[in-house]
Amino acid sequence: MRSALVIGGGVAGIQAALDLAERGLQVYLVEKSPTIGGRMAQLDKTFPTNDCSICILAPKMIECFRHPNITLFSYSEVIGVEGVAGDFRVRVLKKPRYVDEGKCTGCGACIEACRLRGRFPNEFDEGLGRRGAIYFPFMQAVPRVPVVDKRHCLLFTKGKCGKQPACKEACEVGAIDFEQREEVIELKVGAIIVATGFDPLDPSVLREYGYGRFENVITALQYERLICASGPTRGHLQRPSDGKEPKRIAFIHCVGSRNPRAGRYYCSAVCCMHSTKEAILVKEHCPDAEVFVFYRDMRAFGKGFTEYIERAKSEYGIKYIKSDVLIEENEEHNLMIKYDERGRQRRLEVDMAVLSTLLMPRKDAKELAAVLGVKTDEFGFFEPADELLRPLDTSVPGIFAVGFCRRPMDIPESVAEGSAAAARVAELLGSLEARGEERGSEE
Amino acid sequence: MREGELRIGVFVCHCGVNIGGIVDVEAVVEYAKALPGVVHAERNLYTCSSEGLSRIRAAIKEHNLNRVVVAACTPRTHAPLFQKVCEEAGLNKYLFEFVNIREQCSWVHTHEKERATRKAMDLVRMAVAKAALLEPQEELSFEVTPSALVIGGGVAGMTAALNLASQGFDVYLVEREKELGGRLRTLASLYQTEETPEKIIQKLVKEVEGNKKIQVFQGATIKSVSGYIGNYDVLVSTEGGDIALKAGVIIVATGASVYEPPTGLYGYRKYENVITLAELEQRLKEGQLPEVRDVVFIHCVGARGQDKSYCSRICCAASIKNALRLRRRGVNVTILHRGVTMPGLEKERLYNEARGRGVIFVRYELERLPSVQRSENGRLEVTFYHEDLSVELKLETDMVVLVTPMVPNDDAKELSTMLKVSLGADGFFLEAHVKLRPVDFATDGIFLCGAAHFPKDVAESVAQALSAAARASIPLSRGYVVAEAISSVVDEKRCIGCGRCVEICPYGAIALRDVTLQLGEVVLVTKKSHINPVLCKGCGTCVAVCPVGAIDQRNFTFEQIIAALREATTTVT
Repeated sequence: MRSALVIGGGVAGIQAALDLAERGLQVYLVEKSPTIGGRMAQLDKTFPTNDCSICILAPKMIECFRHPNITLFSYSEVIGVEGVAGDFRVRVLKKPRYVDEGKCTGCGACIEACRLRGRFPNEFDEGLGRRGAIYFPFMQAVPRVPVVDKRHCLLFTKGKCGKQPACKEACEVGAIDFEQREEVIELKVGAIIVATGFDPLDPSVLREYGYGRFENVITALQYERLICASGPTRGHLQRPSDGKEPKRIAFIHCVGSRNPRAGRYYCSAVCCMHSTKEAILVKEHCPDAEVFVFYRDMRAFGKGFTEYIERAKSEYGIKYIKSDVLIEENEEHNLMIKYDERGRQRRLEVDMAVLSTLLMPRKDAKELAAVLGVKTDEFGFFEPADELLRPLDTSVPGIFAVGFCRRPMDIPESVAEGSAAAARVAELLGSLEARGEERGSEE
Repeated sequence: MREGELRIGVFVCHCGVNIGGIVDVEAVVEYAKALPGVVHAERNLYTCSSEGLSRIRAAIKEHNLNRVVVAACTPRTHAPLFQKVCEEAGLNKYLFEFVNIREQCSWVHTHEKERATRKAMDLVRMAVAKAALLEPQEELSFEVTPSALVIGGGVAGMTAALNLASQGFDVYLVEREKELGGRLRTLASLYQTEETPEKIIQKLVKEVEGNKKIQVFQGATIKSVSGYIGNYDVLVSTEGGDIALKAGVIIVATGASVYEPPTGLYGYRKYENVITLAELEQRLKEGQLPEVRDVVFIHCVGARGQDKSYCSRICCAASIKNALRLRRRGVNVTILHRGVTMPGLEKERLYNEARGRGVIFVRYELERLPSVQRSENGRLEVTFYHEDLSVELKLETDMVVLVTPMVPNDDAKELSTMLKVSLGADGFFLEAHVKLRPVDFATDGIFLCGAAHFPKDVAESVAQALSAAARASIPLSRGYVVAEAISSVVDEKRCIGCGRCVEICPYGAIALRDVTLQLGEVVLVTKKSHINPVLCKGCGTCVAVCPVGAIDQRNFTFEQIIAALREATTTVT
């Protein structure tokens, strides 16, 4: 069967879908959230070239959406898989977004009209921005169709929203549809590619960094949104407590990672670099700010990475300090970074701290693995059948895993793996077909 | 399409606040409406969104547009999208003109909103003037030979070859050594597996040799390559003479070499027991390691700001793998490092295991490099500054292992010239885009994988090889490719045959050919430049270099550019 299912619409899944589609296969792309784009869409820039992330990703998202061989199921989840390589039967649960994708023009009038506009933290902005009960996850979302947040929408919480829901009234094409119900779609595919990416560890479980207690301690992903031109502050670097531009800012590496005693022994492989990029961006937004990076080992192992860090030091004057830290807060909501320098205790006062937290498989990775019947490791990383020569093959023939859900990796590696899985799928389906033909001729 | 009424549509993008926050987009739209030939102008929050695109599609039909101008961001990422939409609405995609009012206007004039708006108007006026002179272009489609040339028979090359072969394509695998296997042949062990490298090579070689679709050339090199995507003519030089092949795509999987330290560095080649990591692997492989009690590894020899600027990605793991091997034999191992680069899952696990088994890790800095001397009792003595304790220490040892980076192969430059692809500043082959096109070259039809791109371990090389195979299989399976329509054309009447365009063309698309001229009684044979429209990428370099203005580039003709420039120099109040 010349069709494949791709689970996860981040950059790895998009690449896999595009390469399969260009190769002539029918592709179903299932994305859990209301839009494709994944983590890369949330980033402001990408290292080591400081390319605008969404600017280079958006054309690929749209290409994927418009490709005649790709069917996108956004806001959908895979809930059942049966069968074997070459003949999988997949059940996809399509959640109601209460907006008819066929009718919606993406004008956004419903969003403006919502009575609860701007009332809730926006997930895409990592809680820093606000949205209403009907919203676009972000401006370049694909598909550009709003989604109703059932947990907050007055129609669901109070049973009514004025005489007529404000969004429904505002919509000129009658696309708002509160009658939508969950839908289960059955698909037949020859192979499955899993590309579900990562979730950062919630650092509030680590008391020493004060996240959740101190307002000016934020995560790296929050920082990415904060400095992004399409982010909650329109790209103005402002600290959360008082909106002031920080004069001194610290980046903390290995938050929750490389800690065998806590059971999280591994290294997320991308933080040294994204943090260096974030530090450089401070200087581009606020050239007078002082920037400190607290690290354990600088792992700059990709093409142009060492040179990038050298530039951060020499051209941007970013100071790198090798130490773990402890964070305290004073009355002005400034942060006191306690660190160690050659055995001596030191203190540094900063306005804001950014945590590079451990990146883990998606919270529901193990659930998905159970649906697929494939093996994961203790963290939920999809385990390869043969680490060396078949790194993308999972424990089940015909099911492949690519990108960060397999092991920590950066964007180009994820893109390469997306393509690579497409090659494995083409190989697999080709050989199954050949076998089928042989059998056919024998009969 | 000169005849008939000009009906230009202008679409101005807010790009959220990227443009809209600086440029008064509404004013630009109103301005555009009054320009000659413009029958429709509108603004879009995001012209590239599904909504923006459907607006263009609708407007082309509604207003019967025969030219489309989009004022937004960069054509590099977005032009194909808008061109496709034009095509969908029945408009030749070369009747589309893109003007960049983000990178070239709003982003660089954030503090001058009014002047930025005026500049955006100027840029739109220029684009409209050029659009009026645009002509439809045709794209040539040509067949693809359904076979691949894979250069390099290491793990990456063999993996790519096997994948393409099993997809049904013929593969020519060219290896310069007498045997397949590449770098893996030099290794004693691997850190991801208990299996020996020999076993792994045997497995792959057996598959390759047993595959009827793969033709292997061992002890062979590439002598010449000509042609273009879909139609490469390759000359392979073998012991038995040169062999001509035809291939549709090429995969570069030539791997990398190991850096050799200069004689005397840390006592290398001066003291017998100062060896490189590659030499240690060799000795372990051959079972020829002498009895040693203490071994010191020095990391980053020649790397990271020394002879080579970069970190070579895999040496920490390769070193620690061997350190562990020695440790298991009871050897005392000290590793002098500049930060241990063991990213991810398996590597960090290996690092923890090494520490748990008593491998000593000591950090040094570039500013205070260790040194190696002969000790008084005839052993080796390593002097180093312990960064974390801030003291200088001396350590007696039986052996010093220098861990050196991987470096590009000697012949990388030659091959890159032959294939007309680029090398980066580090000397490794350069991919088309560092983030989103990791295995493509800028030149269509040629792909990259393995350590030829940058140092990589086996699993990484395999993943990349599959990736290159996937990308290469797209034109092979489709069976045709479409050439660049915006190519350059030579006006033979003006051409003086000086050949400067031939020299400058980065794609080898231009050649001088004899042209016979008949001038009354006199017959003249003269040289004229000719551009292969299939190879031409439309970069325009030849146009700029031609001393007599004999070359014009489609869609960027002198006439069109002068029309735009005339608008730029016109003062509009």
